[in-house]
Amino acid sequence: MLDLLGNALVSGVLLGGFYAAVTIGVSISFGMLDIVNIAHPAFIILGSYCAYIANAWLGIDPIVAGVVLLPAFYLLGAGIYQVYHLCFERRGEQSLRGLAFFFGLLFITEVVLVLVFGVDYRLVEAWYIGPSLHLGVVELPLRLLVPCVVSLALIALLQLLLSRSFIGRAILAVAQDQLALRLMAADPMRIKRIAFGVSIATASVAGAILIVIQPVEPSLGREYIGRVFAICVLGGLGSFGGTVVAAMALGVVESLTATFYGPSWSPAVAFGFLLIALAVRPAGVFGR
Amino acid sequence: MRSITFLLVAAACAAIVFAVMCWIGNGYVFFAGYVVLQYIVLATAWNILGGYCGYVNFGTAAFFALGAYTTVVLQKLAPLPLPLAMVVGGLVSGVLGLGMGYLTLRLRGAYFSIATLAMAVVAQTLMVNWSLVGGSAGAFIIRPARASLLGITYIQYLCLLMLVLSVLTLALARTIERSRLGYGFAAIRDDELAAEASGVPTLRLKLLATMISGAIMGMAGAPLPFYVTYLDPASAFSLSYAVNTIAMPLIGGTASWPGPMIGAVLIATLQQVATVTISSAVNLLIVGVVLVGFVVAAPNGILGLMQAGRLGRENRLRLSAAQR
Repeated sequence: MLDLLGNALVSGVLLGGFYAAVTIGVSISFGMLDIVNIAHPAFIILGSYCAYIANAWLGIDPIVAGVVLLPAFYLLGAGIYQVYHLCFERRGEQSLRGLAFFFGLLFITEVVLVLVFGVDYRLVEAWYIGPSLHLGVVELPLRLLVPCVVSLALIALLQLLLSRSFIGRAILAVAQDQLALRLMAADPMRIKRIAFGVSIATASVAGAILIVIQPVEPSLGREYIGRVFAICVLGGLGSFGGTVVAAMALGVVESLTATFYGPSWSPAVAFGFLLIALAVRPAGVFGR
Repeated sequence: MRSITFLLVAAACAAIVFAVMCWIGNGYVFFAGYVVLQYIVLATAWNILGGYCGYVNFGTAAFFALGAYTTVVLQKLAPLPLPLAMVVGGLVSGVLGLGMGYLTLRLRGAYFSIATLAMAVVAQTLMVNWSLVGGSAGAFIIRPARASLLGITYIQYLCLLMLVLSVLTLALARTIERSRLGYGFAAIRDDELAAEASGVPTLRLKLLATMISGAIMGMAGAPLPFYVTYLDPASAFSLSYAVNTIAMPLIGGTASWPGPMIGAVLIATLQQVATVTISSAVNLLIVGVVLVGFVVAAPNGILGLMQAGRLGRENRLRLSAAQR
């Protein structure tokens, strides 16, 4: 019983680390830029498939492939933001249109993946999928440990970027006051484009570590929409530390539910968490 | 035109449509027509909360599937004639709408939408874990061959029920739009704070909108088990219902009652044609591409384009008259 609890806690924390990488992109786009990018999970699945191609055809390690493809995803994100800005932000449209735009993008991406790759599950081969470390009664599968470490490293790097570089601080500023940023001789549109590009670039690495953890098929993104926004809201919009804590909390709760009550109950737990959080403290645990 | 007149005209049109469908002779027309009519009802119901009040509901599947599961439960415990089952399904989904409203209507914008999505997943998880309706394995419903009272095949009977429901829903949407309730909804959509300050009981009206919208979606979902004969949570709660019910009013125009109907007829017909000619995966691609296209190029939908065309013509006439 105790070893079951220990293992559930450990795998929950490791899974939570992975959820944090998945959510960090939405934390930037929804938390800082106020763009409800509901298509982010689809880009993560796209990243997974890119890592799969690199691994299956070229034999490259998936996480290395994810890192190498960062610039490509950055350009994709910048391009999407340009379209979004031209069509929605400049006209001052209601948020419904922007939401519908991303919802449409979600399904277009998913169906294109289905048409190209089919609906079979795809998986990757790497040396760390399979072995696990043993610490007493607790098992640390490397399949979960390596993605968790990569995820935390990515988030730490982003936090460093945001707090030390000029662009990073400009991104934080554009979330607070766009006019003031313009008076400081920085173009808010350029800053937002860079930030959205960074947000989609994280999807590349997040997708790579997703396909390491579990086999992937195109409609897997739908399961992550709710989780991503749940963690984002719980952790407080725009706060990276809050995102990590909320992601780990969600991972632990899901893992404990799956171990003691059955995996069929875990989605309800995660979303029940979200509904309670929205009802009680919509600003999130670390919210401003 | 008064509401009663509209109802009679719509009923006459529906009777003509049914007669044409029977005259065509091919049974498949009824299978495809059922889906198109179902989406007319779903889109119009969504539009009551989404277009009139401005609250985007991603949880369409929850209300719809709950109506379907009500029929399954009734079949297993106490079989009722289908019209009664539809009413019960509507009641159950209406109550769910009320509950969802209490939990989520204090939230604005994107938070409300995310909360409705969460609600749909919670409802799906409850159905997955309920053994009476078959849980994850799903439930089989035997479709009778004929509808005993009317002497038509069962699929014709299902289509007829959906036609009646569409006529009633369109009439209800039109009546709401032109009533004080509709003015209240429009006030909430345009500026909720100003509406509340002017004395509009916003929470009560929003709860009413959610309840009506949910109840109609539940009624649309009730005949589904007889149409598909096999109901499982994964397909009943599918996110594709959400994207279709959001896309159709956005494409047709959210401002008025013809909009969702136009969008539903256009998109659902395209999807049915694509399913049999290309492949069923292309359905979602069609709806995604057309949705993105319309949202970018024609934000007010087809209704908006028609109105802009009419206004443009009026302005041109006025200009040419002024120049003379």
